[in-house]
Amino acid sequence: MTAEAGLIALWLAAALALLQFTVSFFYIRTKDENLLAIINPIAIVQGLLCLLSFTMLILLFLDTDLSVLLVAQNSHIDKPWIFKLAGTWGNHEGSMLLWVSVLALCGAAIALFEKRLDQTTFAATLLVQAFVSFGFYAFLLFASNPFERLNSAPKEGAGLNPLLQDIGLAFHPPTLYIGYVGLSIAFSLAVGGLISGKINSALARAMRPWALLAWIFLTLGIAAGSYWAYYELGWGGWWFWDPVENASLMPWIAATALLHSIAVMATRDALRSWTIILALVGFAMSMAGTFLVRSGILTSVHAFAVDPERGAFILALMIINVAGALLLYALRINQVRQGKIFNLISREAAIVGNNIILVSILAIVFLGTLFPLFAEGFADQKISVGPPYFNKATIPFIFLLMILLWAGPLLRWRQDNAERISKKIIILAIFATIILSILVIILPNIPILSMLAIVLSLGLAVASFLPLMGRKLMRTPLPIYGMVIAHFGIAVCAFGMASESGFSKQLLKSVDIGDTETVANFDVTLKDIRPIIGENWVATQAIIEVSDSRSKEFETLKPEQRLFFNPNQETSEAALMTRWNGQLYAVLGKKNEDGKWQLRIWWKPFVTWIWFGAIIIALGGLISLIGRSKPRRKKREEVNPWA
Amino acid sequence: MKPKHQRLLLALTAVIGLLVASLIAINALSDEASYFYTPATLHDQDVAIGKAIRLGGMVKQGSISSARDGVTINFIVQDKDQQQMVRYTGVTPNLFVEGSGVVADGRLDQNGVFIADTLLAKHDENYVPRELQDIDMRDAQNLEKSVVQ
Repeated sequence: MTAEAGLIALWLAAALALLQFTVSFFYIRTKDENLLAIINPIAIVQGLLCLLSFTMLILLFLDTDLSVLLVAQNSHIDKPWIFKLAGTWGNHEGSMLLWVSVLALCGAAIALFEKRLDQTTFAATLLVQAFVSFGFYAFLLFASNPFERLNSAPKEGAGLNPLLQDIGLAFHPPTLYIGYVGLSIAFSLAVGGLISGKINSALARAMRPWALLAWIFLTLGIAAGSYWAYYELGWGGWWFWDPVENASLMPWIAATALLHSIAVMATRDALRSWTIILALVGFAMSMAGTFLVRSGILTSVHAFAVDPERGAFILALMIINVAGALLLYALRINQVRQGKIFNLISREAAIVGNNIILVSILAIVFLGTLFPLFAEGFADQKISVGPPYFNKATIPFIFLLMILLWAGPLLRWRQDNAERISKKIIILAIFATIILSILVIILPNIPILSMLAIVLSLGLAVASFLPLMGRKLMRTPLPIYGMVIAHFGIAVCAFGMASESGFSKQLLKSVDIGDTETVANFDVTLKDIRPIIGENWVATQAIIEVSDSRSKEFETLKPEQRLFFNPNQETSEAALMTRWNGQLYAVLGKKNEDGKWQLRIWWKPFVTWIWFGAIIIALGGLISLIGRSKPRRKKREEVNPWA
Repeated sequence: MKPKHQRLLLALTAVIGLLVASLIAINALSDEASYFYTPATLHDQDVAIGKAIRLGGMVKQGSISSARDGVTINFIVQDKDQQQMVRYTGVTPNLFVEGSGVVADGRLDQNGVFIADTLLAKHDENYVPRELQDIDMRDAQNLEKSVVQ
C-alpha cells in the first residue's frame, strides 16, 4: 500500500498545484481577499503532500519492497541500511521526486515565511511557483513514475553501483538539489515582480535570503561532490570539468552573480532589470543542469534521440518556463523605472564588474559543456571539450575577478574617489609583486600560473579583511562579516587549488612487502597485504606505514582493492592521511607477475584547503543570512549600516 | 548623466564583456575542441607533438605488456581502421582489460607513441564513455591485419 499512498499523494499535490495556480490567477485579476486567504494553506499542504510522497518512497527503499520496479532495479536486500536510504535518490525517478519535493517545499516556505512582499507580488510569486511545480509533477506522473509496480517481484534486486555506496555521496544529491531548486524561489519572485510590476528594492530584499540559502547549499553540494570525486575515484583530481560537474557549477556562478547584484538593488535600488535577468538565468541553469544529467544526453546524443521521452519533457518544461519568463520580461521591462545612478568608481560599479566577469565565466562553461552536444546532434561531429579548453578560457577571468576582489569591497556606494583606497591596494600590490618575483626566482620549475594564483590568493586573504579596518567591530553588522568571511574563503580555496596543482609530489612504483620509499618529506613502508571482508564486499588491503622524516611519528595508511557483490564490481579505495598543510593520498594497484605491488602515493600540499575554503564561503553566507533574519532587520534599518 | 544613459551604458558594458568572453571561448574552442581522437582520426590529422588530447578505442587483445619498472604498461588501442601504441605509467583502472573500451588523456611523443596520463575504462557494466558509443567494438576486436606491430 505504501507505493499506492505515495502515488496518490503525488497526484493530490499536482492537483493542488493546479488549484494554487488558478486561485492566485484569479486573486491577481479580482483582488478578492477571500482568495488570498486560501493561497497559503494550499501551498503548504501541497508541500506536505509531496514530502509525504517522497517519504513513502524512502520507506519502500528501506523495506526493500521488490514489487516496486524502481526498488528492484536499484536496491538489494543485502545492502547496508544507509545505502538503502541513499538508494532512494540514487536513480532517475527517485532523484526527480526529490527535486520536485524540494520545489514544493520551496513554495510552502514562501507561503510560511515571506511577509515582506505586497500581496499582489506575493500571489504572483506563488502562481509562478505552482506553474513550475505543476510541469514537474506532470513529468513525474506521466514520464517517470517512481511507484510503478512489477507483476512478479524478483528475489534480491539488482543493487546499487558500488561507486555510489559511499556516505559522502549519500548526502551529496539532497544538498545539491536544495541549492538547485532553491533558486526557483528567486525565479518565482522575479517573475512575480514582473507580473505585479513592482520591481523595487523591497523585492530584492525579499529575494536575498532565499537566494542566499540556495547558494549556501549549492556551495556545500559542489564542494561535497568535488571531495567525493577526489577520494572515491582514486585519480587524485578534485575537478574534472565533467559535464555533470559543470551542470552544478553553472547555477552556482549565476547565483553568485545574483547575490551581488541583489545587494545593489536592495541597498541602492539600482541594477533592477539586470538582477531580474540573473534570477531568471539562475534557475534556468538549474533546469539546464537537470536536463543534462537526467536526460541521458551526456552518455550519448544518439541514446537520447532513440528514447527522447524524458529528456524532451524536461527540455520542453525548461523552454516553457524560461521562454515564458523572458517574454514577460521583454513586455514589462519598459515599465520598470531605471535605477538610481552611480559613479564609475563606486561599489555598484565594482559589483557590475563582478557580475560581468562571472557571467563571462558562465558563458564559457556553458559553451564548453553544450558545444559537443550541438556538434554531435546537428553536425554529427564527435567532439570532446576537455580541461584544456576550460582552464585556458576561464583562468584569465578568475584572476581578473580576484584582482577586482581586492579593491571592490573597499569602495563606497554611489561614488568614491580612487585615492581613498589606492594606498592600501598599492601597498598590497607591491608586496604581491615582490613575493611573486621571489617565488619565480627560487622555484623556477613551478608553472607561473600556479605561482600567480598563490600570490593573488595571499593578497586576497589580506584584502578580504580590509573592509573591517576603521570600523567599530562590535557595531559592524553581521552581513559585513559574512561578506568578509566569504571573500576570505575564496582566498583559502584558491590557495588550495593553486598549491595542489603546482606543488604536488608523486610516488609511483612497484614495491615488495618491506620496501621503504620516500615521497615529499615522508618515508612510506609497505608492511603487509592482507584480505579483509566487509558487509557486501571483500578486499585486498595494503598496510602502509608512514613516518614523517622529521617528527618520527608513525601512521598507517590502508588503501584497498574492493570487490563488491550485487552487482559484482571492483573498485579502488584510496587511503588518506590528513595534515594541516596537505594530504597524503595512497592508491593500491595490481600485483605484478614478479610478486611486487603497484603503489601510487601523492603528497598534495594544502589540498584540503579547497574544501575548507568552500565551507568558509558557505559559513560567510550563513552569517550574512543570520544577519538578515527578522529580529535584527528592524534594528539595522535605524542605524543604516550601508551609509 | 541620466538614469536612462546609465542603463544604456551598463547594457553596452555587459554586451562588450560577453562578446570578449565569447571571443576567448571560441578561440579556445578552435584550439582545443578537437580534443577527442580515435586511432583513425589521429592518423588522418596532423596532431602536434605534446598537445593535450584524448584518445579512445578498444584495447587490442593480447597487446598489453608490462615494462620492467612494474608500473608502466604498453598496449595498442584500435578502432576499425587504425591502431595506436599507448604507454601509460600508473595504476590501471579496475575495468581496464583487453578487448574493452578505453579513453586515455595524454599526448603524442616524438616517436608517435601516445603517452597517457590517465586512463578511463568503463565505469561499470552499464556505462560506456560517451566517445566510445559509436565505435563498433566487435569490428575493432576482430581486426586481423595489424598496422602497428
